[in-house]
Amino acid sequence: MSEIPMTYVLFVSFALFFIGAYGFLTRRNMITMLMAVELMLNAVNINFVAFNKYLFPEKGDGVFFTIFIITIAAAEAAVAIAIIINIYRKFKSIDSEDADTLKW
Amino acid sequence: MIIVFGILAVTTKKIFHAAVYLLFTLINVAALYFCLNYEFLAAVQIVVYVGGIVVLILFSLFLTHRVSDDMLTPPWYRMVFAMLLCVFGFGFAFFLVIVHNFPEVTNTPIEISVHYIGRQMLNYGSGGYVLPFEVVSILLLAALIGSIAIAFKTKKNV
Repeated sequence: MSEIPMTYVLFVSFALFFIGAYGFLTRRNMITMLMAVELMLNAVNINFVAFNKYLFPEKGDGVFFTIFIITIAAAEAAVAIAIIINIYRKFKSIDSEDADTLKW
Repeated sequence: MIIVFGILAVTTKKIFHAAVYLLFTLINVAALYFCLNYEFLAAVQIVVYVGGIVVLILFSLFLTHRVSDDMLTPPWYRMVFAMLLCVFGFGFAFFLVIVHNFPEVTNTPIEISVHYIGRQMLNYGSGGYVLPFEVVSILLLAALIGSIAIAFKTKKNV
């Protein structure tokens, strides 16, 4: 199964990253923006794994970085959802244009 | 498959459908890890993302939305500019990948087993990862306490 060329894997990861960026820029709903961020983090993980697999197969550094990124993504999602629910209670909306108390 | 579901996840109008498409995207990423012979990573991906983050997102959806509602479509200028930015960014980055020729690898690959990962994770010699391991554990604890504190404060105010 290791005959997949590296360029294909990189194609998938780049496409996923820019799909996430597109979603982050167009959506104004906070939960969907969070989902777009998760897509981008996944793309970065695929990139780490691909470079580890094809360029440095004698080391395991990319795998460790991927594990750490997954951990941090879980923590980030938990905190972000706590903040989103808090904002929903305050503004009755999770549109990021509505949370404008700090705007002057 | 990953790309198709990813595109669906950011363009669908129903927010609940977006969450389900995100789920399928993450499962496909796990399948990609399987194809690259990283079984442990695929297992972690399924457990943490599919089992944890997607369920968390779905719960917050149910807490904040009526799921049958449509989302507003973004204004066309924002869609066009974001599309242009992403297409050009993707083209540029992938062009760099194609032009750059990677060196041939001659090192013998090692088996990334669970045993190896555990040994390296707690190894404090060279190439060990014990310091980031501890830092990440502190970060997880801080995130846990922080989210509890955020939720708790509103309950007292309301």
